[in-house]
This record gives sequence, C-alpha cells and structure tokens, in this order.
Amino acid sequence: MFNLAKNTFKHGVHPPENKEETNRLPIRQFPFAPLIILPMQQHIGNPSQIIVREGQEVARGQLLAKANGYMSVPMHSPVSGKVRKIANVPVISGQMVQGIYLEPFPFSGQETIEGKPIPLSASPEEILRGIQDAGIVGLGGAAFPTHVKLKIPEGKKCEYLLINGIECEPYLTTDHRVMLEQADDIFMGIRYLLKATGAKEVVIGIEANKQDAADHLVGKIPQDLPVRVQVVPVKYPQGAEKMLITAIIGKEVPSGGLPIDVNTVVVNVATTAEIGRLLPHGQGIQERVITITGPAISKKGNYLIPIGTPLRYVLEQVGASKNISEVFMGGPMMGVSASSLDISIVKGTSGIVVFGDNDVKKTDKIYPCIKCGACVDACPIFLNPSKLGILAKFEAYDSMAEEYNLMDCFECGSCSYVCPSNIPLVQYFRLSKGIIRKRKANIQQKTNA
Amino acid sequence: MLSKTLHISSSPHIKKDVSTDLIMKNVVYALLPVVLFSVYAFGINALLVIATSVFGCLLTEHLLCSWSKRESTISDWSAVITGILLGLTLPPIFPLWMAFLGAVLAIGLGKFVFGGLGYNAFNPALVGRAFLQAAFPVAITTWHPSFLEDRFFSISKSVLALPFAEPIVDGISGATPLSAFKFDKVTASTSDLALGLTSGSTGETCAWIILLGGIYLIYRNMMNWRIPVAILSTVFILSGLLFLLDNQVYPSPLFMLFSGGLMLGAVFMATDMVGSPITPLGVWIYGAFIGILVVVIRIWGGLPEGVMYAILLGNALSPQIDKMIRPKVYGTKKLTK
Repeated sequence: MFNLAKNTFKHGVHPPENKEETNRLPIRQFPFAPLIILPMQQHIGNPSQIIVREGQEVARGQLLAKANGYMSVPMHSPVSGKVRKIANVPVISGQMVQGIYLEPFPFSGQETIEGKPIPLSASPEEILRGIQDAGIVGLGGAAFPTHVKLKIPEGKKCEYLLINGIECEPYLTTDHRVMLEQADDIFMGIRYLLKATGAKEVVIGIEANKQDAADHLVGKIPQDLPVRVQVVPVKYPQGAEKMLITAIIGKEVPSGGLPIDVNTVVVNVATTAEIGRLLPHGQGIQERVITITGPAISKKGNYLIPIGTPLRYVLEQVGASKNISEVFMGGPMMGVSASSLDISIVKGTSGIVVFGDNDVKKTDKIYPCIKCGACVDACPIFLNPSKLGILAKFEAYDSMAEEYNLMDCFECGSCSYVCPSNIPLVQYFRLSKGIIRKRKANIQQKTNA
Repeated sequence: MLSKTLHISSSPHIKKDVSTDLIMKNVVYALLPVVLFSVYAFGINALLVIATSVFGCLLTEHLLCSWSKRESTISDWSAVITGILLGLTLPPIFPLWMAFLGAVLAIGLGKFVFGGLGYNAFNPALVGRAFLQAAFPVAITTWHPSFLEDRFFSISKSVLALPFAEPIVDGISGATPLSAFKFDKVTASTSDLALGLTSGSTGETCAWIILLGGIYLIYRNMMNWRIPVAILSTVFILSGLLFLLDNQVYPSPLFMLFSGGLMLGAVFMATDMVGSPITPLGVWIYGAFIGILVVVIRIWGGLPEGVMYAILLGNALSPQIDKMIRPKVYGTKKLTK
C-alpha cells in the first residue's frame, strides 16, 4: 500500500460551516461576573482538592485546589475576591459536584500572581510537571489532562508533534482567532512541547477555510524550529485526532490504541498557546477563548472569558434573545446541550452556540432504516452504522462490540447527520457503549472477587 | 433575566436537509416522465393500469396499517413508487382487476409481512409482478401495439374484464421485441428501442426517458449510480462477447441493453435501497450478478425476459453480500469477519 499522506481522510461529511459571522472578530476580554462558580471536576480524571476555606480572600491566579493524584489537575482563581461558599455546584451533565463560589472584589483587575517560572532549559519531567501545575487540559473540548497525554510511555518514541488547528466543528472560530492573535504564544508552546516529547518534526494542521491563519503562522515560524504548516481540505471530522494523523502522516492509529502507537502526539492549538503563555510565568489557567454565536445571539464574537463565569451571565452580556431554546456547549456536531443556565464556563468550553425557538430542528419523524448507505459513506472509521443501529434496537450489544467494532466509534455524529430516516444513531451508540463498558466492569469485578 | 426551560437533544444538533419521504418523493418525480410517455404511447389503457396499481398499493398499505393498529405509512410515498413500478411492468391492456390484485399482493406479501418499509427483502413491485406472472400467464404476455390511432379514446375490452371471467384477448396483439427475438429470431432496430417505438409493458419502452430519471436521482444523490452502471455494463460486455462469438445466434449488445425491462429494472428497481447491499464493493457484485442472470435467462432460459427474476435473486443475495463484504475498519489490520 501507499504510505503517502493523502492530505485528508476518507469519508466524512460537509455540514454548513457558519463561521463567517465570528471569524473576523478579534478576541475581546469579558467582564467579571458578580459571582464565579467553579466546579472541581472540569477535566477527565479525579476532581481537584480544595485547599481554601470559606471566607478566605484570594488573589487572581492563586491556587484554590490542588491536583488529586497524577490523573488530575489543580485549579487557580480566575479573579481576586472572596470565597463565599464551598458547596455542590451544577455541571452540564445535570449532576452536582463539589465546587467553590467566588465573589470578585469590586473593580478587581487583570493582574495575576506569578509562580515559579519553568525555563525552556528545564527537563522534560519538569516541563510536564509545570503543565500539570498550570492546570492545563485539552482546550479543544475533551479536557483531558495535557501532561498525561504528553507523557511518552516506556519503549515508545515520539517522532511527530501535530498541532491541531483544524477546528472542524461548524460555528466555532476559537482556534482560528487564537492562531491569528497568539502566534508567539503558540511557538513558545511548541518549544516546550518539543522539549517534553522529544519530537523531531512539528506540523500545524489547519483547514483550508482558515487560510489567513495558515499564512500568518507560516510568516511567524522561528528559524530554529522544525515546524511546517499544512493546510488540509475542509471536511468534518478532520479535527478528530485519528483523522488528523491520517491526513498528515498517512498512518492509521491502531484500533484501541493511542497516537503514540504511530509515534505521534497531537495537541490542540489553543492548548499549545496556553502552555507557551503560562509556563514562562509559572501561572495557572484562569480564562479561555470561547466563540459565542448562533442565531439567538446579537453580540456574536470571540471572547476571553474567566473560567467559572455563569452561563446565564455570559448570555445576558452577549444579548441572547428572550426566546432562546437550545444552548450547546461546544459545537453543534459533538457539543452537549445545556440543561440549565446555572452551569458555568469550564476549561473545556470551546464554544457556546445558541439557537432560538425557530432555529431548533423539530423532532423529525423517525422512519425505518431504508439501508440507503449514507451513514456507511459518512463514517470516518468505516463502521456500518446502519447495521449497528439495528443491532442496538435488538440490544445485541455483544455483537455490536465484537463483530461490528462499536468501541472504535468516537461519536463524531456524521452518521446521524446524514441519516434521511432521522435515526438517532449516535445516541444509540453512546448508550450501547455505556452498557458494554458497564458489563465489562461487572465481569472484571466478578473475576477479581 | 433569562429564565426559560431549555430544549435538550443528543448530539449532533444539526441535520442534513434530507429525509426518507423526500427521497421517495423524488423517485416519484423521476418516474413521472416514464408514466407520461407510457400514456402517450399506449393511451388511456396504460393510464388506467398504472392508476389502478397505485390505488391498489395505497389502499392496501393504508388498510393493513389500520388493521394492525399502526399509524398509516402511505405518507412516506414508498407505496406510490411500488404502485407506479408495478403498473409500468404490466402490459398496457392488462385487466384492471388483475392489476389491483397484483398491487394488493405487492404490498401485502412483498412488504407488509416483512415489517413494512425498510424490512422488505424483495422489491415489492416485483413480488406483485411475479405473482401475476404465475397466476395469469396469458394475460401478462398479451401485448399490444403502441401508437395506435385511437389510443386516447378507446378502452380495451380486456382492460375492463370482470374478475375471474375469461379475459377477452383483444384482436390485435403485438409481440415484444424480446419475444420476437426469442421465438422468431427477429431483432428490432436499436433506435426504435431506445426511442420507445416498440411494443412492451407500459413502462418498458423508452430507454432515454428512464435514463433521464435515473440521472436526475443520481444528481440529487438519491440513487446509487453504481447499481445501474454495474448491471448495464455487465449485460453489455457479456452479450457483446457472445455477439462477437457468433452474431447469427446471439443478439447485439445494444439490442440487449435497450429491449424489455432492463432499463427500468436497472435504474428504478434494482436500485431499491432496501434490497441492495450497503457497501460500494457489495453493490458492484450485486449489479454484476443481476447483469449475468439477465443475459443467462434471456439467451438460454425458457422465458424471453429475465430482468424480474434476476433482480429478485439479486435481492435474495444482498444480505449475504453485506455479511461477507465489509470495509476494513479504521485502525484494524484485516477485514472483520
């Protein structure tokens, strides 16, 4: 077989991009909300451990909670203010998790506490520790602790460092603006990442609808860095790790494996910029860039918003219309619907898309599967969603997992997007995967006992 | 202060602007020119046959749904397609009561017993047609010349024959090009065939209009182009080879392509999504299989035409094809089995 990179992956879909309303708008600083609500579970892994007490005054950038083990990150204060309460706070899943209510001081400013800087001369371990101490997680939406992802396992080698500037989700322009406005931070971040991973080559992957960002970055590449920018065709889900790796280095990540199995590490571009900005000052993450858009928003834009800002406050500031109907945290393809406006901005919030009453797709009639094959032609993993959907209806979970590779599905939503019969395929698969995982865990428990 | 109950849905939150009823509706649009030409060529008799068949399908589907206490599914337009397709495979002076019975069987036996739309193993229209061929072998092979002078005004007596009364065979009957070839070794000119100037079933005559409908559906991305391409090219290549071998015994490949129900079957019946495989490679195999069967039945079989049986056998094979032909899943080494 050819081992040449084809510059893209096979299959995928082309949803309307809807990026033109915000992609020219520069990043703007968002004001502090009168109350900041910080859940301690904003990342994959163990919740952060609170180290402040109620009534304590804290400065912006001060450590509020420390990492609870390796698979965890600390939390820093996004504002200077007073810890009002330590109690359970709502999160997007509808659950309540431990959190901190912070009341900012009136007129509190942007100045931030600095910690111990991590120099570029630091060892890979020190850099990984610095990344963890800064509370950095994948800002593309997954919120996976970045230091864990960057740790190269024994016996593996990292050749390629891919910087993910694809942003294939419709509506979102967060990464686009970061690339245009924070090039120096990105290249500083790349220096740290090169040191931490030992990669030989860096490729920044950008979709063709952000040519201006690609041109801008090409012009800024420092002479001494082995970096190139690769523009790839616009296609969803090009930004998925596996799809990006296939497009750029032409290899497939083995089923059930990780990018490092093909000697690659992928880091989101905004995460990279954050590393480059925070590590030289030993600071922690306090705010992030978020695209706020959608038909029900009048002041659409890209905003730098303090972590913990309540969603309700955010929407009021950007002129959300009275008849908002659905709020997606993240993009419309993989984002999650907010069940309440009482949740707050977390580290993984890459965008907020708001639809009004008239924009929400009506609950379309579900027809039987007519085996048109549109889903088969869309699935970037080459699964058979039509067959999997039928098996899910019969609750044939074992067959789904073992014969039809359900566990390789990463829920990109391409199959549901194209299905003419409006079958909620991804929803079926998400549920089925949950059930299969639970069953496996039960079996594991029994054998252990 | 924003306070409103939010709508929650599972991702993805946007949806491509296509739906099953829209696809079905477009198939009907693509079939309309075929129907119009049929009425133009065979007159009022053809119109009555097709209309009866559509009516029979809709009525059966509606009644079966209401008897099984389900929401009626006639609004998804699939029964209309079955009705039109069945009507188009019947001779223009086919007794209406038989057409109606065929429609009842097409929906009842071809679709409903399997569980309705999406679950039918075979193309329902062809199930109806197969029943009619077995039950009324004479009536279904009684052809009628096209472009008769009085075709818009006179209704054939056989069309209005009473149920189970001996069908009155109309005095004038015309052999189809395929039966003329089969039994008398006479081939019609290809241009007559392509333009629909020959005799045949109501919708089996004008190849260009059928192809146009297919091209429209392919353009709208509502039909798998590989199926007609696979069938037609297999028939063309196979019969071309035979023709090169001995052009006295075997008909020319163009004659094979443009005669009988091949065009209608390849474009509108074999492409029924439910009965065809789901992967591109599977579809090529399915199309080639049908193409081979068409040639084999037409040339060596006892019947002059074999498209119906070829497609029904293709439908029967397609779940097996889907079981065996599976694309390599991303990140796996070999085909999953």
